[in-house]
Amino acid sequence: MELLYGIFVDPFVQMWEFPDLLVQVLWEGFVSGTLYALIALGFVLIFKASGVFNFAQGIMVVFGALSLVGLYAFGVPAYLALILSIAIMGVLAYSVERVVLRPLVNQEPIILFMATIGLNYFLIGLGEMIFGGEPKTMITEELGLPKGAWDFEMLGGFVSIQRIDAAAAIIAGILVGGLAIFFNKTRIGRALRAVADDHQAALSVGISLNQIWRIVWFAAGIVALATGIMWGARSDVSFALSIVALKALPVLILGGFTSIPGAIIGGLIIGFSEKLAEFYWGPLVGGSIESWFPYFLALIFLWFRPQGLFGEKIIDRV
Amino acid sequence: MLYREAGQFKTNYRADQAVFPIRQDFIGIAALLAVLFLVVPFTFNDYWLNAIMIPTMIFALAAIGLNILTGYAGQLSLGTGGFMGVGAYACYKLVTIFPEVNVLIHILLSGFFAAGVGFLFGLPSLRIKGFYLAVATLASQFFLEWAFGRVAWLYNYNPSGAIEVPNQYLFGVAIAGAPASSVTRYIIVLTIVVALALIASNLVRGRFGRAWMAVRDMDIAAELIGIRLLPTKLLAFSISSYYAGVAGALMVFMWLGAAEVESFDINHSFLILFMVIIGGLGSILGSFLGAAFIWNLPILLRAMPKYFGADINAATVEHVQFMIVGGLIIFFLIVEPNGLARLWSIAKEKLRRWPFPY
Amino acid sequence: MSLKKLALGVAAAAMLGSGLLASATPAQAEDSVYIPLLTYRTGPFAGSGTPIADGLHDYLTMLNERDGGIGGATLIVEECETGYNAQKGVECYESTKGNHNGAVVYNPFSTGITLQLIPKAPIDQIPILSMGYGLSATAVGATFPWTFNAPATYWSQMSAIIKYIDTQDGGVSGKKIGFIYLDVGYGREPIPLLEQLAVDMGFEVMLVPVGVKEMQSQSSHWLQVRREKPDWMIMWGWGAMNPTAIKEAAKIRYPMDHFIGVWWSGGNVDLNPAGEDGTGYMSANFHATGTDFPAIQDILTHVVNKGMSQASADTVGDNYYNRGMMNSVLIAEAIHTAQTITGNVSISGADMRVGLENLNLSEERLAELGLAGFTNAIRVTCEDHAGAHPIYLQQWTGSGWNAVSDWFTPMRDRVRPLLEAAAVEYTADKPDWQTQTCN
Repeated sequence: MELLYGIFVDPFVQMWEFPDLLVQVLWEGFVSGTLYALIALGFVLIFKASGVFNFAQGIMVVFGALSLVGLYAFGVPAYLALILSIAIMGVLAYSVERVVLRPLVNQEPIILFMATIGLNYFLIGLGEMIFGGEPKTMITEELGLPKGAWDFEMLGGFVSIQRIDAAAAIIAGILVGGLAIFFNKTRIGRALRAVADDHQAALSVGISLNQIWRIVWFAAGIVALATGIMWGARSDVSFALSIVALKALPVLILGGFTSIPGAIIGGLIIGFSEKLAEFYWGPLVGGSIESWFPYFLALIFLWFRPQGLFGEKIIDRV
Repeated sequence: MLYREAGQFKTNYRADQAVFPIRQDFIGIAALLAVLFLVVPFTFNDYWLNAIMIPTMIFALAAIGLNILTGYAGQLSLGTGGFMGVGAYACYKLVTIFPEVNVLIHILLSGFFAAGVGFLFGLPSLRIKGFYLAVATLASQFFLEWAFGRVAWLYNYNPSGAIEVPNQYLFGVAIAGAPASSVTRYIIVLTIVVALALIASNLVRGRFGRAWMAVRDMDIAAELIGIRLLPTKLLAFSISSYYAGVAGALMVFMWLGAAEVESFDINHSFLILFMVIIGGLGSILGSFLGAAFIWNLPILLRAMPKYFGADINAATVEHVQFMIVGGLIIFFLIVEPNGLARLWSIAKEKLRRWPFPY
Repeated sequence: MSLKKLALGVAAAAMLGSGLLASATPAQAEDSVYIPLLTYRTGPFAGSGTPIADGLHDYLTMLNERDGGIGGATLIVEECETGYNAQKGVECYESTKGNHNGAVVYNPFSTGITLQLIPKAPIDQIPILSMGYGLSATAVGATFPWTFNAPATYWSQMSAIIKYIDTQDGGVSGKKIGFIYLDVGYGREPIPLLEQLAVDMGFEVMLVPVGVKEMQSQSSHWLQVRREKPDWMIMWGWGAMNPTAIKEAAKIRYPMDHFIGVWWSGGNVDLNPAGEDGTGYMSANFHATGTDFPAIQDILTHVVNKGMSQASADTVGDNYYNRGMMNSVLIAEAIHTAQTITGNVSISGADMRVGLENLNLSEERLAELGLAGFTNAIRVTCEDHAGAHPIYLQQWTGSGWNAVSDWFTPMRDRVRPLLEAAAVEYTADKPDWQTQTCN
């Protein structure tokens, strides 16, 4: 009885009694959701264009942020460091295409997936060797990102909105918008969509697969860098971030592996629901249900829509 | 020369489908087993047994489990670590609840608990396929990790949250816990692993194995020829989890001596997946080769600078090791996506004609 | 095909060669003491682990450089990377324990690893020094002859923190105390004591576990704190958990001067990211910070400035650096004591145990070592392997640490019986556990 009360009544009573906390929880959910969506976006870009389930996306987030902070620590001015980090992501994309993807063309998806796990290990070792394994502070101010918080006294309490979180949401919006324009309006974007639809057909009309791959990996790298800066500013830049990146996986099954709107909406759903679940229902079972709740939510969705919310319908033929 | 199978005629299907259809294979395995059982325990030192032989065997068992699921039945799973944990925690609970029953029986029983959990988490495989399923198995991984940490009953309310192996004896000889010698533990592990591996190689060449492979190659086609998908897939999940569970129980009781949640985390799932892929999907031999390779490579890399007298600090060795392991995985996938088992069969082809290749 | 041959070669070489190389040990040095250090400079806990590893390594190296070792025995110092992972820690232990005539002592710097090594220590005859961490019950020396956790256990420390709170704002009784901890063996360790004290002293406890996966996203945890409004917060955090927790606490406007961390949650690396926002945060400690000690100056001259350390000169003197160094001071002093008592120069693990058990780091001895005032006098006995040594609280000023309390002793009379009960419980299901009798 007490349990039923705890599940069905108490959380809602609390939401009603402390609306400021509810708003705060929702805001936290929104911010985490945005960041999950960004990581998922990187996955989707690569999966769409090359069919590779890029497990290394999480490490690319860390690697990008680490290069930025590391370069700054070596004495490079902040903005130059940012440009150089983008260049590093470009070099990374080029090398991945040349060294990993090209020799593995036409292999089973699982082989490509394993190769990205290998890449994952490689980047961890490389990043730690060059920049050191200890956590670093993100150079927020130097990049001109806002610091501090807006505190709104409202609803009988206060709601605190970190300026950096707001900035993260805005930058995420700009990135998604930019990518949408890039995909829909430019020649390369159209070629990209063609590749995503049908590799063979795209090849036959003269689209270079290798070039497309380099571009998507580069785009995913930039998205990763942006995510790394935002998440790094929230906590710090360290390899522990790559664990957070695993949260993007339920976002993917929720939104579908091939859909950009799916990644964004999936990210937001996961963000909101995991924070609400953790805050209002988590204490009933000992807390920390954030680690698996999104997966279960995604599983329930999958039961009804095996291809995700926005994924393309899977049709099996013999 | 060495592998000439000329003159070995099969007169019935039974002989043709045997586990070791070629006599040289049979002799080779028998000789290898003789060395493992009779020579290794008396010649290898503690370090060799503890750090190399025992873990390699245990991981090979887990890899066989995953290979049944991923290599034979084609269901990609990232939850092996969690299933190993189920075996380990089940064994711990069994040992503490029924201390009078021998631990070896508990180890074999604990696999059934893992099989049950595997069965449950295998249910979504009916509707979900490919990477979607892989991510779904992550749900089991994270849920189980959470449960090992939060359900205090599982670790007997031990304030530290760790499970510790109580000392266990068989006929007065310590077989688990700190007093057990590495030779005893090695022989136990080897016996269980060899027995289960033989069972697995019989399973995969039989009716179940053929049904799994049909499902792997194309599940709709398999369904059309009359294979019931759900029971077949669930059986693969259960048996695979059984192997993982026994491996987990062995890991804690015969190797580590104690464990916490971190011993069964997602990195273990990946480690074992690596073993399966590098070893060769759909090959029992490959599971052993993969486990030996992936497990011993870092040990080799760590030992290398010391051997050459170079003074490189531990952290750098760790970083370089990560890079080399990552790099080698990519290298192997590029060179031989079918794994070490395939390399071995190429080598056998060569041996057949050696020393007079044409 | 040549690539394939190469692959085959690599695979074969790796499998055959691994053990051969691993078991090969370099030639033996004359009169040496082998000290393997289980450290971690990689992974999510590298932030806390790196300065500790530097401190550990540099003091022992300094002794080699300045004095040629201890009592004529060269120290062979070797690091093994554990990544704060219990399994890798055990692997490190297994692979190093037999090198160079055998390791004399292990410092796991992880409660999880310590727990796994405790049953191995009596069998391998190598003592464990878990300085201010590990299983609190191992303070009962009669039950745990091979494990040492001077200068104080987690339980002592928790009792000290509660004692401090009791002196503030009209006492602890009737208050609500939040305990946020890393949800591994380490963080869970003090909970039994906290719950017992809550009953005895009449306060309420609110537990906030933080899983390793959530270390860097603690917003839900801190919102819970905001909802429950505990009067005090106590933290048992480590690695990436610490800086995130302090940032989140600032975000929910938790009063920082009511937020007290364990001595593992008080590194400069933990507070630097929060900077000014962390002002007022307190953490326990049992040694001084800074470089104003002759021994540390010697480290700078003989090791760091010669480029023999991985630490840069400006991190020397940081809280965790000094923590690691203090651990090495205890090791060195125990080796010295062992040599004096047993008369052996190249001591064994069993000798080291004797040395640790008779460790007596008096004020005079500290001054001799060039560490006057670095820590309180530390004395280990057969009965008490921890000793309820006094500790103090330090407060973050926005850029550094300031001591805010005098040295004060934990509640030994309350803690000791509980430790003894825990020791009995630990051995209850281990019929052949090896104990010793203390006179």
